[in-house]
Amino acid sequence: MRRLINLRPSRQGTFFLGALPFAIVLVIYFVFSSLRLAENPADKLMPAFSTMGEAIVRVAAEPEQRSGTIVLWADTGASLVRLALGLGIATAIGLVFGILNGLIVYARVTLAPFVGVLSMVPPMALLPILFIMLGLEETSKVALIVIGVAPYLMRDLALRVEELPGEQLVKAQTLGASTWVIVARVVLPQILPRLIDGLRLSLGPAWLFLIAAEAIASTEGLGYRIFLMRRYMAMDVILPYVAWITFLAAISDWVLVQISRRAFGWAHLGRGA
Amino acid sequence: MAELRKKIARTLRVGLVAVAALGVALAGGPAEAATKTSFKVAWTIYAGWMPWGYAVDQGIVKKWADKYGISIDMVQMNDYIESINQYTAGSLDGVLAANMDALTIPAVGGVDTTSLINGDFSNGNDGILMKTGKTVADLKGAKVNLVELSVSHYLLARALESASLSERDVKTVNTSDADFIAAYGTGDVQAMVAWNPALSDLKTRKDANLVFDSSKIPGEIIDIAIVNTATLKDNPALGKALVGAWFEVLSIMQKNDAAGIAARTAMAKASGTDLAGYESQLATTRMFYTPAEAVAFTKSPQLPETMKRVRDFSFSHGLLGNGAKSADVVGMEFPGGVVVGDPKNIKLRFDLTFVEMAAAGKL
Repeated sequence: MRRLINLRPSRQGTFFLGALPFAIVLVIYFVFSSLRLAENPADKLMPAFSTMGEAIVRVAAEPEQRSGTIVLWADTGASLVRLALGLGIATAIGLVFGILNGLIVYARVTLAPFVGVLSMVPPMALLPILFIMLGLEETSKVALIVIGVAPYLMRDLALRVEELPGEQLVKAQTLGASTWVIVARVVLPQILPRLIDGLRLSLGPAWLFLIAAEAIASTEGLGYRIFLMRRYMAMDVILPYVAWITFLAAISDWVLVQISRRAFGWAHLGRGA
Repeated sequence: MAELRKKIARTLRVGLVAVAALGVALAGGPAEAATKTSFKVAWTIYAGWMPWGYAVDQGIVKKWADKYGISIDMVQMNDYIESINQYTAGSLDGVLAANMDALTIPAVGGVDTTSLINGDFSNGNDGILMKTGKTVADLKGAKVNLVELSVSHYLLARALESASLSERDVKTVNTSDADFIAAYGTGDVQAMVAWNPALSDLKTRKDANLVFDSSKIPGEIIDIAIVNTATLKDNPALGKALVGAWFEVLSIMQKNDAAGIAARTAMAKASGTDLAGYESQLATTRMFYTPAEAVAFTKSPQLPETMKRVRDFSFSHGLLGNGAKSADVVGMEFPGGVVVGDPKNIKLRFDLTFVEMAAAGKL
């Protein structure tokens, strides 16, 4: 039947259509940038692609004069360590409390209201308090990510555990499983893919919290560099940094999907990613 | 099916061309300088700039704009750097800035900029505090929290120079100015470069020794009102109105009569302090209350020397841009035809035309 909903593009068509929005954005940028540069060759707001290229070489391949480090890699390393620590701790907390709250009624009645309220606290508003309590160094930056991400993971996992069919739990018990065995053999394998999904959805907020924390007090990091460069509008560095952060986020998302597919193939039946 | 696909492909091609055309149309000719009648100028909260807020509230800006047949939209922005970036991007005709930022942001960004009024210089408004050290020499090996690449950074460099130290002897930590006070309270901070009003708050702490301040380098951190040179050239009315309004407010606020105290109280309130607090900030701000004082400062041979120093600092910190081969890439022009840097690429001009008109009573 010839209907719009039934039309499928060819293989090349799929690629072309997917690339189209990117191409349009680049073309629009190029047009505006060229117009501004024709007016003022030193314009900093929309640098030419060649200027950005030079800036990338400068930050990614040449050591900085003052510190002797190559700033892009130093920044990336510092930011990724903070992000990994923050997400790692949040995941551990999310998993433990998610299972507790979802499975053990005593834990749920004790903790669930508290976690529910906690997850409503806007983490950014806590930032000044974190800095005063935990100092300006790494701890407060990691803590912000944990506070921002953990409550969501806890609640999400608790809901998933509660959704497990009661029959499974009953059956496991008739086969003689203890609570511990049920956690290890029934609950855990089924919610780990959900944990990875939750983690994927938390990547965006985690980057947001990381960059906000780095903007306030820092000596290195991707967010630090962007806010420092903003002081003299060095868009030739800021734009590639934004692209690089986007790329890192996309790669981590892809890695998580691959892990999930390899380890929990059953959870990916009948869905896109 | 194949035909439909072809149709879609054709539509897409047409669409792409249309989008590109739209981009060109939207960009239009970048705002060409020409005679116009309405202008937008931004100001931000700072001891030496509060008179602008008062001038707006009292209708003094409007009065002077009306006199020259123009309208000036004087907006208050919350973020200082953002206001300068907006000016550089072209959405403002003028803005208030420190001399260093005027050089490193708009001038380096190719926006030909004129300093209309040298309003004041920091005479203690910026300072370096240490928790345990007592002198600049004690900064050796310390961690210093500051807004990197700002005038604070320049002040630190000048302080270290005075004790024969260099920036290699300290570790700088970039810290947002909104968090000066909260950050100082943490154990991680050993030393900090801050400015008013946070500086005067911090000075009252028991664990804060002022080891250096801008009164030791008088006349080097200057607060100026800058406007786009092309706009000013085509519209001298803008310069006349701004300069006229500025010195009218200053003449009101410097007096100790009822009107003067009322003006200072209003400015104090607008900057979130009380009269005593604002007056203590004014005490560390050397305002040029009369056009004659501003003229004398701008004409003095010290100004090109200062700007040269600021420029060299900016160059050594990469603030003059990537392509900058030497500190001379951007030219600066001073009264009397003095030029520092590339005379073919003058982007920052200290102009006295309008302030001299005010001095001669011709506005």
